[in-house]
Amino acid sequence: MSQTETKPTAKMIDIYLMGKKYKVPEGLTIMTAMEYCGYRLIRGVGCRSAFCGACGTVYNFKDDPALRFALACQKLIEPEMCLTQIPFFPASKPSYDINKMEATGDQLLKIYPDFIKCYGCNTCTKACPQDLDVIGYMSAAIRGDLKAVTEKSFDCLMCGLCAARCAQGLVPYNIALLSRRLCAKHLSKIPEQTKKRIAEINAGKYDDEIHEMQKMSVEQMTKKYNERKIHEE
Amino acid sequence: MPYPSYMQESVNKVAASREKRLHEEMPRIPVEKRQPVLSSFHPDFIKSGMRELLVGPNKGNRTPNELADLLEGNSRIDPAKINLEKPDFDVDVLVLGAGGGGGAAALIAQENGANVLIATKLRLGDANTVGAQGGTQAADRTDDSPSLHYLDTMGGARFTNNVKLVEALVKDAPDAIAWLESLGVNWDKNPDGSYHEVALAGEAVPRCHCAKDYTGLECMRVVRDEIRCRNINHIEFAPAIELILDDKGHAAGAVLVNLETNEITIVKAKAVVMATGGIGRLHVQGFPTTNHYGATADGLVMAYRAGCPLVDIDTMQYHPTCAAYPIAILGQLVTEKVRGVGAQVVNIDGEQFAHPLEPRDMLAACIIRECTERNKGIPTPTGQIGVWLDSPRIDLLHGKGTVEKELPAMVRQFQRFGIDITKEPMLIYPALHYQNGGIKIEPNGATPIPGLFAGGECEGGVHGKNRLGGNSTLDIWVFGRRAGRSAAEYVKTAKVGKLSLNHVNKWQDELKKAGLVEKRPVSPKILPDYARQPHDYLSGNVIDKIKPGSIKVA
Repeated sequence: MSQTETKPTAKMIDIYLMGKKYKVPEGLTIMTAMEYCGYRLIRGVGCRSAFCGACGTVYNFKDDPALRFALACQKLIEPEMCLTQIPFFPASKPSYDINKMEATGDQLLKIYPDFIKCYGCNTCTKACPQDLDVIGYMSAAIRGDLKAVTEKSFDCLMCGLCAARCAQGLVPYNIALLSRRLCAKHLSKIPEQTKKRIAEINAGKYDDEIHEMQKMSVEQMTKKYNERKIHEE
Repeated sequence: MPYPSYMQESVNKVAASREKRLHEEMPRIPVEKRQPVLSSFHPDFIKSGMRELLVGPNKGNRTPNELADLLEGNSRIDPAKINLEKPDFDVDVLVLGAGGGGGAAALIAQENGANVLIATKLRLGDANTVGAQGGTQAADRTDDSPSLHYLDTMGGARFTNNVKLVEALVKDAPDAIAWLESLGVNWDKNPDGSYHEVALAGEAVPRCHCAKDYTGLECMRVVRDEIRCRNINHIEFAPAIELILDDKGHAAGAVLVNLETNEITIVKAKAVVMATGGIGRLHVQGFPTTNHYGATADGLVMAYRAGCPLVDIDTMQYHPTCAAYPIAILGQLVTEKVRGVGAQVVNIDGEQFAHPLEPRDMLAACIIRECTERNKGIPTPTGQIGVWLDSPRIDLLHGKGTVEKELPAMVRQFQRFGIDITKEPMLIYPALHYQNGGIKIEPNGATPIPGLFAGGECEGGVHGKNRLGGNSTLDIWVFGRRAGRSAAEYVKTAKVGKLSLNHVNKWQDELKKAGLVEKRPVSPKILPDYARQPHDYLSGNVIDKIKPGSIKVA
């Protein structure tokens, strides 16, 4: 089946793929419009539902050169749109061992020494298809406030458009990722109750109860299941 | 693109009944009364949608036609033309797939001393895992227990699960959550530092650990980063197209293909972990899907051809609440967490018709019944039908701002199309979401083929005939880690014999005897084909025809 099938009555509009003109029916996304034009995608496509960041892209219009940014799987096409694909963008990703690190701004600097070169042009923020405050979390990173970086960058899909547009060649999304990992690892604790439960399980506390259920008939299990108390809001 | 006026009339009815519904609770349907509703309305019970397999280890078992075609498919390779003498890679453990299951298996196998290679179809981490929103079950609260988690999981599947696999699932769960936190995953927490847990469908107590509604993404980006930090070798855009066995019939590697150049890569390995994920892009019975572009059941096909039996392949999961409007996001997942935090399902007249936290198979069947037999669905301008998921009730129940705090991805998703889910309901309908069954495994992740292990959505038995929400992300971490650990252990003593693709020859012979060679496609499928063919008179790709040497230079 094709996801790009549309009713013949759909209004046809002109778009440009890599500079070439095509007529496509209204209501398609950038991604499905490319497929309608006959492209079979390998790069620049992933979850097709705004979570994986594979399809971050740029576009503008025939008579309006200002660049816009979007996820190709979500953005609806509009008349005279000029589209392309950004299937891959090189970005630095050093190796590190978060077990041997601290949740500090100095630590971020050791791994990404260039990031203080940020001069606050805010192009990264404008490029974010999730509308995140990228310059805000970069400033928080420079201040060493990793909790703020975590909060502000949490919905990042790591599509890489911020890095693609950074005039200084920085990689905001990787800096944010490291900050979030350090926060979880060093500024937060695995709850005691969870550790206790793990120890109980390892000591075999629930084995008898589970093994007993494994011996029950479907009728016995059905009764037990229907009679269990359900927590209500 | 707000709702058109005729839909707006129904939206108004939903708003008008909201106060009345605030404390109205639909009864839950007991297990023994589920079957009649499922038999009449669940897609698994539409007889024409399935057929019996004619060849292979599951000959005689029923499975959806779309999967049957691929399981009975022809190999993409001619073994006679493949030289196995000089493998391009020689490793301890080859992991096929790089979602949560493959990622976990790779990390654990490497920690246990194995030299690991990951091969994946798209990018590292491009998998259904990233789209998992709701959360991950683990019974760690004082009012909860692994035994209760066990009971919920079994009951949700009408007691069709493999009991030993469920035991492993529930007992490993709290440790899986802690392991992810130790890698740097930010789980949602309460002010006192305990985990913030939500009850999804079929859970007796709140048990789902979440990271807002970006749970799978948060876990996957951390696991992916750790794979890169540890410099675990991985090849992207290189799906496996056939397993390699040795002369004893043990798993001994795989044939990979470069998706962009068609170049073949031979990997020799002492053990293989199958972690190729799901099946949604087969669009079983024409359903739209919540799944990733690469979810085409490749692992099932390769394992089956190598002689590995599959379990519970007569059942697919249709997630009850997926976007039905706007059409551009048709089939995209609307997480169960929306219902977990208080949204009800409501018909065209603003009435509830089912408990919002019925297990997925039941709620999907109830929604289909409401839209068909009872004719209380809401038609969209393109003819797609749906019912309302009343998200504004969440804020009414728990206070303003709850929707934005708990469900930022959902808010953003619909905002892109001009719908404010804090004020307006979402139109939803079931879509193909999960492959309940899969490759047969033992609790340690071992398959019946020595040296072949499996973890995550491609294996079966854990969820029986219906999976509970929050148990799929748990499955990938539990059985991904188990498969990785078992594989690393296995390779310490494994001796690989002479590499062979003889099983492929045998398979083709079997297809020939059954008269299926001409009737079946090549498989694994690798990717769906959504490219519209502008003309039917031009066969193949024009570029294929211009080969070096074929053009005469004057």
